Amino acid sequence: MDLAELFQLFDSTMRNAAPLLLACLAGLFSERSGIFDIGLEGKMLAAAFASAAVAAWAAAPYVADPFPGQISGLGLGWAAAWLGVTAGMLAAIAMSALHGFASITLRGNQLISGVAINFLAAGVTVLVGEALFSMGGQTPQLTGAARFTAIELPLAETRRGIPVIGPFYADVISGQVILVYIALLAVPLTAWILFSTRFGLRLRAVGENPGAVDTAGISVTRQRYSAVLICGVLCGIAGAYLSMGTSAAGFVKDMTAGRGFIALAALIFAKWRPWPALWACLLFGLLEAIGSKYQNVDVGAFVIPVQFMQALPYILTVVILAGFIGKAIPPKAGGQPYVKER
Amino acid sequence: MSKTLPRWADLILIPAINVLLAFFVAGLVVMFIGEDPVHAMGIMIRGALGSDYGIGYTLFYATSFICTGLAVAVAFHASIFNIGGEGQAGVAGIGVALVCLTLDQTHWLLTLPLAILGAMAFGAAWAAVPAYLQARRGSHIVITTIMFNYIASALLVYLLTNIFKMPGSMAPESRRFEDGANIPRLDQMADWIGLDMARSPANISLFVALIACVLVWLLIWRSRLGYEIRAFGFSDKAAVYAGISPFRITMITMLISGALAGLMAINTVMGDLQRLNLDSVLGAGFVGIAVALMGRSHPVGVVLAALLFGVLYQGGAELAFEIPAIPSQMILTIQALVILFTGSLENMVRFPMERLFLFINRGRA
Repeated sequence: MDLAELFQLFDSTMRNAAPLLLACLAGLFSERSGIFDIGLEGKMLAAAFASAAVAAWAAAPYVADPFPGQISGLGLGWAAAWLGVTAGMLAAIAMSALHGFASITLRGNQLISGVAINFLAAGVTVLVGEALFSMGGQTPQLTGAARFTAIELPLAETRRGIPVIGPFYADVISGQVILVYIALLAVPLTAWILFSTRFGLRLRAVGENPGAVDTAGISVTRQRYSAVLICGVLCGIAGAYLSMGTSAAGFVKDMTAGRGFIALAALIFAKWRPWPALWACLLFGLLEAIGSKYQNVDVGAFVIPVQFMQALPYILTVVILAGFIGKAIPPKAGGQPYVKER
Repeated sequence: MSKTLPRWADLILIPAINVLLAFFVAGLVVMFIGEDPVHAMGIMIRGALGSDYGIGYTLFYATSFICTGLAVAVAFHASIFNIGGEGQAGVAGIGVALVCLTLDQTHWLLTLPLAILGAMAFGAAWAAVPAYLQARRGSHIVITTIMFNYIASALLVYLLTNIFKMPGSMAPESRRFEDGANIPRLDQMADWIGLDMARSPANISLFVALIACVLVWLLIWRSRLGYEIRAFGFSDKAAVYAGISPFRITMITMLISGALAGLMAINTVMGDLQRLNLDSVLGAGFVGIAVALMGRSHPVGVVLAALLFGVLYQGGAELAFEIPAIPSQMILTIQALVILFTGSLENMVRFPMERLFLFINRGRA
């Protein structure tokens, strides 16, 4: 394998890792506040649909006086893409609010709520998609400014001559969609919010010992709702990336394809910490890249089947959960509704 | 647990209201799509129950859902959320296929019991690992069973493309079972007693599932082990003081749960497909969650809820056929709403109900 091939692999690693990372950080906010979230998949899926649908509509040409039955688009250019991301965030936030209402206000079972959200998203996206576009649950192909395209970072081509670092910068770091950079920036931002702000301190405390936080006069309910809403925002961007930033360029049913659960796996792998979450997502992104580039990996003595590569993130998570490589200890109050003493 | 609600309200009234709410919201979704919910409901019911063909399919689906519903229900009694029915049923299909491919030259009276054992053994084995990891190493069983669903599907793809695939065939599936592994369908059985019934995949495993219901009832409410399972589910800490081993209960409950989920492979792999392929489970493992929640983890409730979901699946397929604007994902949406309302939004109905009953009781005192 030469350097160009390796960098090509890293390039698709970045593309694969970005949605995982956003969803993983989303789960991190929620679970650090004590709300388990196995509905990441559904939130991403809903967001992927909403963003693609709105972007397609916003980018469609504006018709001043539409015939009856004909819907006019907004005729927006690049703003259509951003309107799409906003719609994606709103869709995921709505799902988050539902999850929050069930698990914070009504003290329902968080796991069951997450399962319901996954099914709800899988069903409703196709139903609404079919009603709006009649394309078998898909959205129209997004073209041109309605989707996100690669950004050339400054000096990428001129400094290509520098050995190793030059091509690495040009091929891997540069030339990604803006949402990838947002995902990468979300890591230090999350670390800063979580460990250096008052909000972050309270967020972590509420996931470990909500009683103590309540005693200090801080509203557990409010703290948890804000965490769940941040989770929605991040899942929204993750979903928007899937339908608007990848080569798919549109929504296809079930397009998240288990990424929400891989993100959950990465969160456990990272032991609910932001920087390790980055490495875990890059690792799982690399596995996915290898799995799709080489069908069966030949390691000399025997051949690793592609299915094993696909199952590896899940296997690794089970191994981590079993405590064979370090112990993953979730936030102590996770999964338990908080009942205020009277 | 407050005792403000009478038993009948807790067991019947609240689930009924929750299910009605779920259907009401589903009706709103149908209206939003621009179709008439009452008309759609009519098509579904006629499609599922209007002919013996439709009833056959409804019973076929219901059989699978009884198995997976019981699986989730048994685990619920021990306060364990087994989300891995999908994987357990998928892997159980391998057990069924191994028995059938080996013995299909003989007779179904021999292959059926062995295939049942194979299905239950493979389903239980797939549940055993998450169970052990929870009981001994404290891994969260919900997460591990989800992971095991994905591992199971990768395993199935691998086995079907590399081991079971017939030479020269492109399709990832095993060869078709010979006659010795064909179990009687319901229409054939109706023929034995002189009744005429249209051909459908409903088969003898319906009775296997119903027997399983009786056995589960005996186990949970009439056996010492069932008492221990319920005690553990009510309070694991108190159970330890009562001399109940959490390790033993977790393992046994999950083995039973996995075996029950595995049982559905008899219905689909042996009763319908007569070969092992990639889509023998098709979400039935997840339907089990809705069925168990709706049936209040009681075998009778599970049968009723499984029948309802059988109607939804068969009726939904007819609906998608007659009104193409309503795709089959409608079922998924209804399923989600049922899980949402009966599972996690339950207190939305319960809290006001408790207040209502408190008010009534005060009036009486």
